[in-house]
Amino acid sequence: MQSRLPILIFAALMAAIPFVPGMPPFWIVLLDNIGLAALVAMGLVLLTGVGGLTSFGQAAFVGFGAYTTAVLSTAYGLSPWLTLPLSLLVSGSLAVLLGLITVRLSGHYLPLGTLAWGLGLFYLFSKLEFLGRNDGISAIPPLSIGTFKMLSPGSIYYAIWVAVILSALLTMNLLDSRTGRAIRALRRGHVAAEAFGVHTPRAKLLVFIHAAVLAGLSGWLYAHLQRAVNPTPFGAQAGIEYLFIAVVGGAGYVWGGVLGAAIVVVLKEVLQSYLPLILPGSGQVETIVFGLMLVALLQLAPGGLWPWLMSFLPERTGGGKPDTSLELESRTRSPVQSGVLLQVEKARKQFGGVVAVNNVSFDVQAREIVALIGPNGAGKSTTFNLITGVLSATSGSVSVLGRKVDKAPPQEIVKLGISRTFQHVKLVPDMTVLENVAIGAHLRGHSGPIASMLRLDRTDEAKLLAEAARQIERVGLTEQMHQLAGSLSLGQQRIVEIARALCVDPMLLLLDEPAAGLRHMEKQRLAALLRDLRDGGMSVLLVEHDMGFVMNLADRIVVLDFGTKIAEGTPATIKTNPEVIKAYLGVAA
Amino acid sequence: MNTTIMLFLVQDGITNGAIYALLGLALVLVFAVTRVILIPQGEFVTYGALTYASLAAGQMPGTAKLALALGIGAFAFDLFVARKALHARLIVRSFVTNIVLPGIVLALTVYFASEKPPVAICIALSLVIVAMIGVYLYRIAFQPLAHTSVLVLLIASVGVHLALQGLGLLFFGAEGQRGPAVLSGAFTAGTLRFTGQSITVYAITIAFIVGLWLFFGLTLYGKALRATAVNRLGARLAGIRTTLSGQIAFLLASVIGALSGIMIVPITTLYYDSGFLIGLKGFVAAIIGGLVSYPLTAVAALVVGIVEAFSSFYASNYKEVIVFMLLIPVLLLRSLAAPAVEEEKD
Repeated sequence: MQSRLPILIFAALMAAIPFVPGMPPFWIVLLDNIGLAALVAMGLVLLTGVGGLTSFGQAAFVGFGAYTTAVLSTAYGLSPWLTLPLSLLVSGSLAVLLGLITVRLSGHYLPLGTLAWGLGLFYLFSKLEFLGRNDGISAIPPLSIGTFKMLSPGSIYYAIWVAVILSALLTMNLLDSRTGRAIRALRRGHVAAEAFGVHTPRAKLLVFIHAAVLAGLSGWLYAHLQRAVNPTPFGAQAGIEYLFIAVVGGAGYVWGGVLGAAIVVVLKEVLQSYLPLILPGSGQVETIVFGLMLVALLQLAPGGLWPWLMSFLPERTGGGKPDTSLELESRTRSPVQSGVLLQVEKARKQFGGVVAVNNVSFDVQAREIVALIGPNGAGKSTTFNLITGVLSATSGSVSVLGRKVDKAPPQEIVKLGISRTFQHVKLVPDMTVLENVAIGAHLRGHSGPIASMLRLDRTDEAKLLAEAARQIERVGLTEQMHQLAGSLSLGQQRIVEIARALCVDPMLLLLDEPAAGLRHMEKQRLAALLRDLRDGGMSVLLVEHDMGFVMNLADRIVVLDFGTKIAEGTPATIKTNPEVIKAYLGVAA
Repeated sequence: MNTTIMLFLVQDGITNGAIYALLGLALVLVFAVTRVILIPQGEFVTYGALTYASLAAGQMPGTAKLALALGIGAFAFDLFVARKALHARLIVRSFVTNIVLPGIVLALTVYFASEKPPVAICIALSLVIVAMIGVYLYRIAFQPLAHTSVLVLLIASVGVHLALQGLGLLFFGAEGQRGPAVLSGAFTAGTLRFTGQSITVYAITIAFIVGLWLFFGLTLYGKALRATAVNRLGARLAGIRTTLSGQIAFLLASVIGALSGIMIVPITTLYYDSGFLIGLKGFVAAIIGGLVSYPLTAVAALVVGIVEAFSSFYASNYKEVIVFMLLIPVLLLRSLAAPAVEEEKD
């Protein structure tokens, strides 16, 4: 939880600036422009820096906001205050349309796709009759409260900065919540988030809309500041400029957007007014210098300026421990005392000509630890992916409690009470251990994005964090709770994954090589924990290479080799099985 | 509509499409090898075109000086990076490639500019100048960022684009220029008239596509570039100098860009800022090609060219809207067909 104090100080400072005697009016204009750019950049921080979705098209959303109010307040005479929700609505709903097409694109298609529709929309703005073509729309009424008309840059200044600070607060609230954690997990790929019930396309669409609405707000303010709109500020160049404002400031940080806007707007202004004095007679020197400075800045601080500045502040010690007395309701489910939990029947997975899993059948009973072993490439992790819905089987079936779940996506599997860890650790490295583990409880929380922004989610949130803290305590990582997950050793990160999986409140835990990278004592503690969980009524299916660990722990062992099951039985029978020995050690000549 | 107009539009579209294809190929190449989305590709086009036109008109192009200035910058970067282990051979090699070479080219340019050189010399000089600019740019702007994310590279690319565009205005002025035809003469087949210029465009495009295909398929350098594209670290471990791969990619891209510019400047008037839009249309083709497939990019570029020609005839106001919106259905199809693969980012 960030302290509100610095924000209050900042707000008070911004409120006082126009009262400073001798403040040049032109500086206020600059501050207005900074505020407008900061709004758009803030949306991009969420979209690009946090969510990993690069968009060049934000200028088009600014255009939607500006043109909506321009048309409605001039042609139809609507009050600007009435057009505000409409501007936001238009930007938001067009974001839904464009987002549905765009956010599913992966990798570099996404930025290029946004560049393409951004350009298309720019040309559309400049060709449509009712938007005034290239001339745009002028004589837009100013904002007014009663008889007070915000005609001067100094009077609309407050409207702009109230919007900036409120948006920053709402955005930060959103990031520090259940939905926010889902958004922050997006950048690290979707498999881990989906394994805990996050609907990733929906989360992406959400940030897309959030960014578009902020851009629309900026556009609405712009239209009433300039009291005229034309297509130029909504083109591809502007879209690119917003993106580098975010990157220069520090794309992962809400205040980085504001800082970036300040730097870019001031820098451009300084270059435009002073360069001609140094190098007279040349037309576009400021663009040249601006471009060069941008490249230089990136080489010096590729992460942006905000984190660079923050690194000078004394490091804040982590927050307190969440109140673990708060109980999170268990998932509703029928208690399973005995019988088959998981049944894998003739599951087969082919990747082209390679058969990774070849008609494998086995089951996991209630209160049982089953180990899946086999040499590298035996198809163990693929089997895990088939069970958890990451991959769908070529043929055969997987059933949970007698229900077939072959075609179910990962989000449905986790709802059935099956949670997992990954062979290659999939944590969000720049989130704390506590936040990472809380993602596991995603499905057990209820608060949506709006509630999070308005801080109506606090009781729900406190329960989620309490549960996360309890599971961290259970696996013995209380000391590391507030450290960044990326700073832990690989072995500890695996344990964090187990805590995250436990947050699901699962009936079956799937562990992919949990003991890899652990020291001897840690392995013993892990084994004790797993036995504890079993005795508490949970089942465990684990893939592991450490034979000593497996033989001492598992109730039953399934052995795979080249995708085919070659043996199944108790540790004692497996140890002496000639097929298994052959697979592991080769056969004596 | 009658067939003559239709054939005429198709022909026009193919000529433009061939240029977009070349640019699209260059973009794919640079992205695959260096992960840079090369926004300044358009500037390579205008620099090539306007350097060529200036030389042909007997004017001294500022780009030759820029090449030398960038060369000095690249030399400084080389020295700075190697400051702990400077030895004579390295200094001499860097000095020759970064300072002596552009110096000689500058001298030649000054010499020829005063006496309206023949077309062949104009082309050769323009190509060499822009190629050097491309390679030095990689050294100065992108090589130090090679380890960062695609996003940071992209923003750097925007910075370079802005700087080059500003310099373009400085060198060539706000007036548009046109250059002499590379190949004069024309012949008529049926109702269609083929100019020597358009034949050149087709021939060079085809030559480049085949050339690139051979380069990547058969040569060791081509394979090294492909290896760098797939896995940078792996390529380094296998002994491939990834910085060299980047330089080769930029070399090819700048030559392709300059050549495209030289081919279109006799057909259309180009301004210092025309390149951006031309480059973006190459982008459209490259995206349709998925940024990986060369033949698909070439086909897509032809489609873009033809759509552009037809829409400029029937709805000239909405020409750009139509061209860029062409992407939306393509993106839709791609996203529907996209497999749910995990990407490791950052």
